[in-house]
Formats: sequence, structure tokens, C-alpha cells
Amino acid sequence: MIAEAGLAALWLAAGLAAYQFVLMLLALRSQIDVVRPMRAVAVVQGVLTLVAFAMLLLVFAQSDMSVKLVFENSHSAKPFIYKVAGAWGNHEGSMLMWVTILAVAGAFVALFSRRTGERTLIAALGSQAVLALGFYAFLLIASNPFARLFPAPPDGQGLNPLLQDPGLAFHPPTLYLGYVGLSVAFSLAVGALLTGEVDSRLARAMRPWVLGAWTLLTLGISAGSYWAYYELGWGGYWFWDPVENASLMPWLAATALLHSINVLAARGALKAWTMMLAVIAFSMSMVGTFLVRSGILTSVHAFAIDPERGTFLLALLAIYVGAAFVLFAVRGATLKEGAPFELVSRESALVLNNLLLSVILGIVFLGTLYPLFVEAISGEKLSVGAPYFNSVAGPLALLLAALVGIGPLLSWRRERRPVLGQLKIPALLAAGALVITIILAPGINILPRLGFTVAAFLAPASILPLTGRNPLRTPIATWGMVVAHFGIAVALTGMAANAAFSSERLAVTKPGEMLSVGPWQVQLKEVTPAAGKNFTALEAELQASRGAGIITLNPQTHYYSDPPTETNESSIRTFWNGQLYTVLGRADPSGGWQLRLWWKPFVTLIWAGGALIAIGGALALLGRILRRRRRREPDWRARYV
Amino acid sequence: MRPKNQRLILVSAALVAVILAVLLAMWGLRNQAAFFYTPADIAAGKASDGKAARLGGMVEKGSIKHEADGVTMQFVVTDGKATTPVVFRGIPPDLFREGSGVVAEGHLQSGVFVADTILAKHDERYMPPELGNLAAEHRAGKTLVK
Repeated sequence: MIAEAGLAALWLAAGLAAYQFVLMLLALRSQIDVVRPMRAVAVVQGVLTLVAFAMLLLVFAQSDMSVKLVFENSHSAKPFIYKVAGAWGNHEGSMLMWVTILAVAGAFVALFSRRTGERTLIAALGSQAVLALGFYAFLLIASNPFARLFPAPPDGQGLNPLLQDPGLAFHPPTLYLGYVGLSVAFSLAVGALLTGEVDSRLARAMRPWVLGAWTLLTLGISAGSYWAYYELGWGGYWFWDPVENASLMPWLAATALLHSINVLAARGALKAWTMMLAVIAFSMSMVGTFLVRSGILTSVHAFAIDPERGTFLLALLAIYVGAAFVLFAVRGATLKEGAPFELVSRESALVLNNLLLSVILGIVFLGTLYPLFVEAISGEKLSVGAPYFNSVAGPLALLLAALVGIGPLLSWRRERRPVLGQLKIPALLAAGALVITIILAPGINILPRLGFTVAAFLAPASILPLTGRNPLRTPIATWGMVVAHFGIAVALTGMAANAAFSSERLAVTKPGEMLSVGPWQVQLKEVTPAAGKNFTALEAELQASRGAGIITLNPQTHYYSDPPTETNESSIRTFWNGQLYTVLGRADPSGGWQLRLWWKPFVTLIWAGGALIAIGGALALLGRILRRRRRREPDWRARYV
Repeated sequence: MRPKNQRLILVSAALVAVILAVLLAMWGLRNQAAFFYTPADIAAGKASDGKAARLGGMVEKGSIKHEADGVTMQFVVTDGKATTPVVFRGIPPDLFREGSGVVAEGHLQSGVFVADTILAKHDERYMPPELGNLAAEHRAGKTLVK
């Protein structure tokens, strides 16, 4: 019954979305008052999807094997948390989560958005309804998560062991909240283009959604990166896998949008450009969903290869993106450009930021899709990996990071002060970093060397906007910007240190033997069998020391039976100046074991930087919300209350 | 700047950015894209030495040999028409077995494929698409056509 209730809720929600769209059409044609019914419909629709999602969680929690999806992706012997998280560790469940977030976001817009004009809100809610409608159709027609099996099998096929990790409970929901949060920016942009009300009020309505989505995307990407780092046992934190790129592309677009929206909010300029970015950002989310969910890619994320679903998603993508671009082409040119600005100004710096981010986005986009194009055209198969992305996008990213240190110092409209004078200390530190790396580490590659240099410049430069201000009176949003920009320098340092100074050791080791890696001496004591709830394991005992004190690490190899799989569970120890990363490989006929060891100096700064960037976004969001409260702007909804 | 000029400048800047992105991407892709080959392709001389490439096929039965250091292994990949010797230093993935499908990333060096990474079939539902086709054709007893 639970599964049927979920399905019924989904059908009802789809019906309401259709009704919501019709209401918008009526409202745009005549002057009838539809705001109240639309708000109600949007909220009920959000609640219904939540009900459907809760029903899915329930059948997974109960291990109801008569539901096909549970049978295919769960097993009664699985730990409870993975039973629940397994609900979105598969195609149908994750699409239901996507739709749920989309509908709930629409409900929140209906309830709380009070800044845009009434007609723009109506149009935006209509756009949100159309988006949801397409994905309801996709779920109900091509990906029903509640399909039953007769007769019910005794037990399920299990969940991919790589996904049996706390990361699954956190990473996909965060990323999806970010992806789908951008749908609100998309809908508001579409609404504003329809009504022509592209102004700073709209930007201020859109900004919290962009900030929130961007913060969650940053968190989701950082968390996913750390998850891949410790779970795959390959020692890398970013593989330029198409699925990783699928999350990076919306992030790049959202980052650009986040900056241009400030120009629109503060100065009323960059109208068309900002609307374009809002459309592109959510389009990139949909491209990402298409790449991941169509099974067109090789990845642990590509759960199933099913041409029907791929075609369906591609059609949705083409319709939505195509319609939005047509709307933009028709209405974009009619927008009046806002306040003028001079070449040296905050606006220009933000335009440059946007251009560089767009170029990087273009490079990542082309590199990710190139293999698909080539195969479609010539049938030749190829892949594009780290060498391309690092060498083409890397230098541009460094240039952008350097400019991050300068842009915030410029004032709006025109800059007459000698701003470069403030940058003496950062410039000196950068030069110092460059000289020191040349003297101490002449052999490292150019990109990490420049990475250190730019980080040494950006770290002090990012704090400059706070100088000469009372820290308590500085707006929270400014603090957010400073923290996020400083986080870039921190992450950059971690990436450069990892690229330049990691040491790796791979060897067959007999119990009692020593291996050295970086400053560490690592001894293999023994390898013993171990057992978990739904796997058996081999566990190595390693003792590591670098001078004083001995620490013990226990990397494992897990053997799962449902489905039959092995995974390497790395054992990682974190120190203030880096991580010792150990992986147990296979037994060697000689009686030894393959061991893979890494010493990764300051690698943790990568995720610390990611966390700082996300915290900066959260602070900026908090600042905007508090400020809005304080200002008490007139609310058109007041007359309904 | 007058608003009209400003818009013109912004539009041209955006165009320049787009063109720049495409040019940079094309340049990078020409140099860095790794093609996917089968042993038959390599026998036909399609792959050039030293260039990043991927090799896919089945691990030939009885071909896996370990070198004395314990972490370097050699094996032969076959597609039923030709074979390519592969050398790999590292820990192979969980389901790397003789007779099962494999995709190796690396480059060709005088007839030997030097692999940096090996991808194998992960579970029933995760399989590189390139390999999916190969395996299906293999099962169907078809000759492997490119």
C-alpha cells in the first residue's frame, strides 16, 4: 500500500503542476487574480512530492522486496543507514529526489518570495511548474520508482559496495539541493523575461537562491571529492571524470551568476547578461543530470544503460533550454541597459570574472562532451582526461584566482584611487613564494609553482577589503566574500602542495618489512581476517613513525557477496602538515602483500578551502537575509494578509 | 561610456570569450584526447607511440604474469582478432581477472601498451559502455567489428 500511496501522491502532484501552469497562462492573458490559488497549488504540490519521497524512504527502510527498486538496490542484511540512503543511490530514487526538491523549492518561492513584481512571480511559478511537469512525466512514464514485482523475491540484489558509505547519505542530497536551487534562478529569470521586469528588485529576489544553491554545490562537490579520495583508494581528489565535470559546470555558471547578480542588484547593470547566466546555470544542472542519468557515460554514477531514458531526458533538456534561449533571444534585446560604468571599476572587474569563468566553463563543457560528439559523428571512441583540463583550464583558473585579489578593492562605477598601491604586500609575498619554490624545489611543475605564487598573493589580498573598517560594523556579506576568497587561496595551496610534494610508494611487503614514504617509515606487522555486518575482510596492521611516536593504521580489503565485489578501504591518518594514506592490495605468491602508501603534504587544505568557500557563501546568505529583515521593504503581499 | 557603447563592448567581449574558449578547447583536444583502440586497431597501426590512449578487450587466459617486484604485471589483451601485450605497475582493480573485460589507460610504447590505470568490470550494472558492446558481441560469437 505504501508504494501505491507514493505513486498516487506523485500523480496528484503532476496534476497540480499542470494546473499551476494553466493558471499562469490565464494570468498572463487576462488580469484575473491568480496569486493566491497559485501559491496554494505550489505548496500542496511540494507537500505531495515530500509524501511520495517519504513513502520511498519507508519501503527502503522496511526492505519491502516486492518493490522492484528495493529488490534491485537493497538487501535485508544491509546496515539501516544504507537501506535508507540507498533510496537515492539509484536512478529512480535519485530522480524522485530531484523532483521533490524542485517542487519544494517552488513551494518556498510561493510562500516567501516578496520582492519581485506580482506578475513576475506568477510567471516564475508557472515556469517552475513546467519544469516539474517534465520531470514528473519522466518519473511516471520512464522511471517509476514504485513499480512492484510479483511474486516478491526473498531478498534483494544489494547496493554497490562503493556506495555503502556515509558519504552517500550526504553527498547526493547536498548536490541535488544545489542543482535544483538553481531552478528557481532559472524560473525567476524566465518570469522576468516574460514580464520585462528585469531590475535590481529581481536580482535581490534571486540572490538568496543563487547564494544558497551555490553554497550547497560547493559543499557537495567538496564532499564528493573527499569521498572519492578515501573510498576509491587511488590517492586522487579530482579525476576530471565526466560526472565530476557534470557537477563542476553548474558550479562555474553559478559562480559567475553569483557575481553578476551583485552588479544587477547594486547598479541595475548587466541585465541581459545576468538573465543569460541564470538560464545557463540551471541548463548546466540539467546537462549534468542528463549526462549522469542517461547512462551515456562510464562511471560509478551511471547506474543503468537505458536508451529510452536517455532520449527522454535529452528531449526535456532540449525543450527547456531551447525555450529559455528563444525567450532570451526575443526579450533580451529589449532590456534597457542599466547604469553606465568605466573601464576601471568594480563592474568591469566582475565582467572580467564572468568572462574568465565562462571561458573555463566552455572549456570544461567542450572537453566533457567532445567524446560524445566524436562518437556520434565518426564512431571513433576517445576519452578526454586530466591532461587536457589541467593544461587548458588550469592557467585560466590561476589567472582568475589572481584577479580575485584585486576586484573587491575597486569601487562601483569608477575607480580613481591608486588601488594597486594597497597590493604591495601581497605582491611581495607572491614574489617571495615564487623565489622560494624556485630555490627549494627547482624540480616541480609550472602549474603547482604558479599555484603557490597566486595563493601567496591572494591570501593577504583577500583580507584587504576589511582593512580600515570596524570589523563589527562590516556587513556580514562582506565577511562572507572575504572568507570565500581566502578559502580559494587555502584550497589552491593544498592543490599545489599535493601536486608538487606528494610521495608515493608501491611495493610488495612481507610481514615485518619496512617501507619508507616521504618522512615516514612504515612497517607491515601482519594481515588478518576480519568481518563486518555484510562483508568479510582482510585487515593489515601497519605501524608508521617519523622520528618520535608510532601510529597504527589498518587498511582493509572488503569482500561483499551481494553483489559479489571487492573494495579497498584505505586507512588515512591526518596530521597538521599532511595525510598518510595507506592501501592494502593483493597477496603475492611470495607471501608478501602489495602495499600502496602516499604521504600527501597539506592535502587537507583542499577541502578546508572548499569548506571556507562554502562558509563564505553561507555568511553572505545570512547577511542578505538579516539585512532584508532590518530594512522591512514594502511587501505587495501585505494586502492579502 | 554611454550605455549603447557599453552594451556593444560587453557583447563583443562575450563573443571574444566564446571564441577564445572554443579555440583553446580545440587546441587542447587535438593534443590531449585519448582514443580508444582494440588490439586489432593497434595491429593495424592506428595508434601512435607515446600518445595517450585507451585499450579495451578481454584479458587472455593464462597471460597474467607478475614480475619479481610483485607490483608490476604483464598480461595480454585480446579482441579475438589480434593481441596486445600490456604492462602495468600498480594494484589492479577488484574484478580484474583472466578472461574478463578490461579497459587500460596509458600509451603505446614500441608495441607494448604501458598502462597507468586499469578499469575492470565493477559489478553487473557498472560496465564501461565500450566494453559492454565488446562483451555482448563476444557472447554472441560475432567477430569483433570496429
